[in-house]
Amino acid sequence: MDCGVMMEKILVLTHVDESGAALTKASLEVVTAGIELAARLQSPLTIGILGQDADAAAQVLAGMGARLLAVSGEAFAQARYASDAAACEALCRAAEASIVLGPESARLGRVAAGVAHRLGGLLDTHVTGIGGDGAVEATRWFYRQRMEAVLSREARPWFLLLDAGTHAAFAGEAGAVQVEQVAVTLPALRTVVEGFRAPERDAQTIRPDAKLLFVAGAGWTKKQPDGQMHVSDAAERIKDFLRLTGASLGSSKSLVDQTGDNQQVLPFLTHMNQIGQTGSTPRHAKGLSTCCHGEEPHVVGWRFIGERRAISLDANCGWARGKADVVYVADAFQVMSKVNALLAEKRG
Amino acid sequence: MAEGFHIVVCAGIVPDPLQTLEPVSGPNGPGLKNEMVLPAVLDPWAASSLYEAAQVVAGHPGSKLWLVSLGPKAKLQQVMMTIAQKVSFELVPVDGPIGGFPDAHSTAAALAEAISALPGLNRERLLLFGGWESATRGAGVTLQLTGELLGIMDQFQGVDQVTVRADGSFEVLERVEGGKHQVSVCVGAPAVLGWATGNLAEPRNNPQTGMANMRGILPALQKAKAVKLEANTLHYVSVNLPAQQRETRVEKNLSTDEIAQELVQWIAE
Repeated sequence: MDCGVMMEKILVLTHVDESGAALTKASLEVVTAGIELAARLQSPLTIGILGQDADAAAQVLAGMGARLLAVSGEAFAQARYASDAAACEALCRAAEASIVLGPESARLGRVAAGVAHRLGGLLDTHVTGIGGDGAVEATRWFYRQRMEAVLSREARPWFLLLDAGTHAAFAGEAGAVQVEQVAVTLPALRTVVEGFRAPERDAQTIRPDAKLLFVAGAGWTKKQPDGQMHVSDAAERIKDFLRLTGASLGSSKSLVDQTGDNQQVLPFLTHMNQIGQTGSTPRHAKGLSTCCHGEEPHVVGWRFIGERRAISLDANCGWARGKADVVYVADAFQVMSKVNALLAEKRG
Repeated sequence: MAEGFHIVVCAGIVPDPLQTLEPVSGPNGPGLKNEMVLPAVLDPWAASSLYEAAQVVAGHPGSKLWLVSLGPKAKLQQVMMTIAQKVSFELVPVDGPIGGFPDAHSTAAALAEAISALPGLNRERLLLFGGWESATRGAGVTLQLTGELLGIMDQFQGVDQVTVRADGSFEVLERVEGGKHQVSVCVGAPAVLGWATGNLAEPRNNPQTGMANMRGILPALQKAKAVKLEANTLHYVSVNLPAQQRETRVEKNLSTDEIAQELVQWIAE
């Protein structure tokens, strides 16, 4: 690794989406970050594209003046460690970059550390901001979003993976571009990607682009005032709300853990819905919590939720202690029934 | 699958999630206030990988399970008192600093060195398990780097399920964006598998398993090799708790209808 003072050369690593011929939104967000950083440091900018048809994907970058490198072909149609790491390594070597930016996507997140190691570089991930006065400083969170740090490194190349939603997606006029194809020597491929497994279209409850996050807590499966559990009623109310609003569904750990305890559970919830310490930290403009205590291990997963409201029977729950903007002390079964009725009425 | 797998689980220890954490500055960089007295647990995602590993070992005769953990010996001993009762394993402790602020590249180098030195480890049969991210640094890179250092070219992250086939190949479900899993088939070991939650519940404590494990754990802790983690030019400019504390409006006296009206209006804004 090199620690000398030099002009930075910036590479933005991007990749295509499932169509194989368009850049992912997260990739376009990092293009914006790359443009901003290159302008600030007055550094040359290169965009590297990984995917089956990288030439087609590159057209959206026409007119931005950056050097465009690509690794294309059938071997890169799907995300696999051995081929993707070799491709990214080749792009980085061709660009001779000192700073490499990339999206914190499943595809790049899988290989970036390996690529950094192969290039003798260092890597920091889940970056939420790039700043610094005359230097490059990265902001990221530690201890599951409980504390925020600003860090820097002198060593180069320095790889930074940026979390989705931290920059606006680059939007340029599509046009003809000149893309330099980079050759890759592939190692023996021992893994075959067979495709994706997802819930049925109507049952897909995780919607990263939704404006609203709806979180269901364990209270939905507890005994109600009549002394009975109403899990199927709860499931209907929640599904109706998701259908009427297009919200993404999150859950507390205690609710999804009930699956393993052989208790009555909401059938469409999995650990992938889990928000918090051992779950995800999604980004949505608004979040509505229901039947959840709002304890810290769950709320750390709300770090990037803008406006927060909660419905809870406990006026002293965690949400009421500065973690939500509004707490309604009420029965979520009743409130959500009424909310669904009003939403349905509005829809006509 | 005649010989079974050699599974090495890399798992750090982290403060109990219910603890309040506060950063402090020290001579070696940032750390946590009262870090050494905070109750610790095995990193949750890594713990999932340990339980999944134990299940694979149980289903494939001839397999063996090691748990490699880097942390201060005293904290490792405290955590092992509980974890040892869950599943059978051989502990390989590495005596080093605790916490999320040391550099991941140095951590990976220390882990790879410890794994390379394991007596009896057959690298051709190696499955390197661990959490896809930790609850401390949360970088999601330590396992990848360890795999690279060990020369493993098949890596999977965000794993929720592994199904081993009769010929030793295995199907892997990895989490990808949008609540989906990518399905891959690998021809067999060696491979790196960074686990998300998996599908297994936490095993119940079994005192007999605990006693059998502790017979190996205590001598291993006494012999644990001490490592110093290099900073690799990593410099922390600042570490702070988030300043944001919301002014919460607690509505105790609104009717169901009023709350519903307000929520529908808020959703539409």
